[in-house]
Amino acid sequence: MNSVSVLAAPEIHAPPVEFSQLAPMLIVFGAAIVGVLAEAFVARPARYAVQFPLALVGLAAAFCWTLWLGFSEKPQHAAADGAVAVDGPTLFIQGTILVLAMLSLLLIAERAQDAFTAQAAALPGSEAEQESMADGGIQTEIFPLTLFAVGGMMLFPAANDLLTMFVGLEVMSLPLYLLCGLARRRRLLSQEAAVKYFLLGAFSSAFFLYGTALLYGYAGSVRLSAISAALSRSGGSETLLLAGVALLSVGLLFKIGAVPFHPWKPDVYQGAPTPITALMASCTVVAAVGAALRVFYVAFETLRWDWRPMMWGVAILTMMVGAIVAITQTDIKRMLAYSSIAHGGFLLTGIVATSESGLSATLFYLAAYGFTTVGAFAIVTMVRDTTGEAGHLGRWAGLGRRSPVIAGIFAFFLLAFAGIPLTSGFTGKFAVFQAAADGGAVPLVIVGVLSSAIAAFFYVRVIVVMFFSEPEPDAPSVVTTATTATAVALGLTATVVLGVLPQPMLDLAGQAATQLFVR
Amino acid sequence: MDLYIPVVVLGVLAFGFAAFSVVMGSLTGPKRWNRAKLDAYECGIEPTPQPVGGGRFPVKYYLTAMLFIVFDIEIIFLYPWAVAFDQFRGLFGLIEMALFIVTVLVAYAYVWRRGGLEWD
Repeated sequence: MNSVSVLAAPEIHAPPVEFSQLAPMLIVFGAAIVGVLAEAFVARPARYAVQFPLALVGLAAAFCWTLWLGFSEKPQHAAADGAVAVDGPTLFIQGTILVLAMLSLLLIAERAQDAFTAQAAALPGSEAEQESMADGGIQTEIFPLTLFAVGGMMLFPAANDLLTMFVGLEVMSLPLYLLCGLARRRRLLSQEAAVKYFLLGAFSSAFFLYGTALLYGYAGSVRLSAISAALSRSGGSETLLLAGVALLSVGLLFKIGAVPFHPWKPDVYQGAPTPITALMASCTVVAAVGAALRVFYVAFETLRWDWRPMMWGVAILTMMVGAIVAITQTDIKRMLAYSSIAHGGFLLTGIVATSESGLSATLFYLAAYGFTTVGAFAIVTMVRDTTGEAGHLGRWAGLGRRSPVIAGIFAFFLLAFAGIPLTSGFTGKFAVFQAAADGGAVPLVIVGVLSSAIAAFFYVRVIVVMFFSEPEPDAPSVVTTATTATAVALGLTATVVLGVLPQPMLDLAGQAATQLFVR
Repeated sequence: MDLYIPVVVLGVLAFGFAAFSVVMGSLTGPKRWNRAKLDAYECGIEPTPQPVGGGRFPVKYYLTAMLFIVFDIEIIFLYPWAVAFDQFRGLFGLIEMALFIVTVLVAYAYVWRRGGLEWD
């Protein structure tokens, strides 16, 4: 063998790239890149007028393309040389993320000036900060950043190998770290949230990567189907496999916010600007649960007797800790954060089920929960006093007398979170619990119902505070604008429709679940 | 063992070049010592002593370092692409790399227009 042939690379073939199937993601990323160009070349006063429509049109176009992909008769297959699985669950999740992102974008655009700082780089409380606020500038970078985050969220659950999944995870997380630190009021709290989220997120990414490396050592591939195939062959190091699964789970469960990887969630949700909290609580959760579904259903399905006990424990802890700790919260955003943790536990019961009905129930739950969450956070942005949003629960006292409609809608959202019949929350919970019970996880379902009852206590307590106590003389007022009202109305409509008439959506989720790629 | 001969030759060359540079520099170069020359690094910040409270770094350093990494990564991608270029049939390879470079250029345009390249 001479030295020339050593240096010659093996034959490289251009990989096939199915642009049509990847189009929803490409449109979102493309809109984000155009947004960055707009930041560079459009005059400062005109930027907002360019960025908001651009982002909205980008998300809407991506959603239309997703719908077209979902309802066209063409057989779908893994795109980009098998790196991205464009199957039923992917399309369902991407469509859900896009709609929820559009609703969150309405909130972000509405409050671009008074929820986000005008100059993120200025030191809190410094003269530079005062000046930039007096100028009335808007940090319009939030729009491209949001689009990049949404693009990452779409790639994360669609990834068919662990490295692509990691890229999706980072593309989703990095803009969110930045966006968390941009709140206009209580700057220090916001920056603390951003730093905490960044450090813990980077830490969890490292867990994810190490798990990927160990699984590569076990299976010789990072492709999910190859890991699954390696499982059915005997041989290979059991230690590498189990350690890899455990570390990978840490990375995924961190993003879902499952106990014991949850402590970042209340701090970050509280510190971040509320529109961004809405985006994180809805879209990020959908993306993270979607990715966990794909990993556990496609790669580790045959290993379920090993990871299920772990997942049982995590689901029980998540539901109980989320519901119990929420009771002691006095800040509305922190309370919703703990509520989100508890809902993460309910979603995990759907993953534990490891069946087609578990998959479809989890998909339905994600959509139902996302809409309710965006609506609830939209109302949190509306209740304001002289210092900005009235975060403390005590400040919400008597809201039902001052603005009965808004308080009524918020009460309805809370009842949906609690899972009262005729709301989407009930249908979703019923579906995942039924799937889990069919999968043999009856004790888990009992814990789930118990923690739902505990959770109902603090949801109802907020309703009592709103309707049955006297308002303070300087109580916050409700600021209603057309865009926020649209977001609330859409969230409300979805919550009612998915509660009263859930069958079409359940069918859609069920149909999507049948198309999961396994090989 | 034939496999390792190029590696060994390259290693010997690298070592020889390093030794040559260091020895020749000290033998033939002028020796006009001043304060800057005796610093650990001839540019950038003083590594010691640590200022009270850790000191604050101008954010420009990070910006420059980040830009460097962006273009560094771009070049790292360009090299293997250039080596394998003749194996891509048709325009595919060219278009893909053009897309990648345009994306990097967008970031560059943003930094340039927003004053990231001005040091003061």
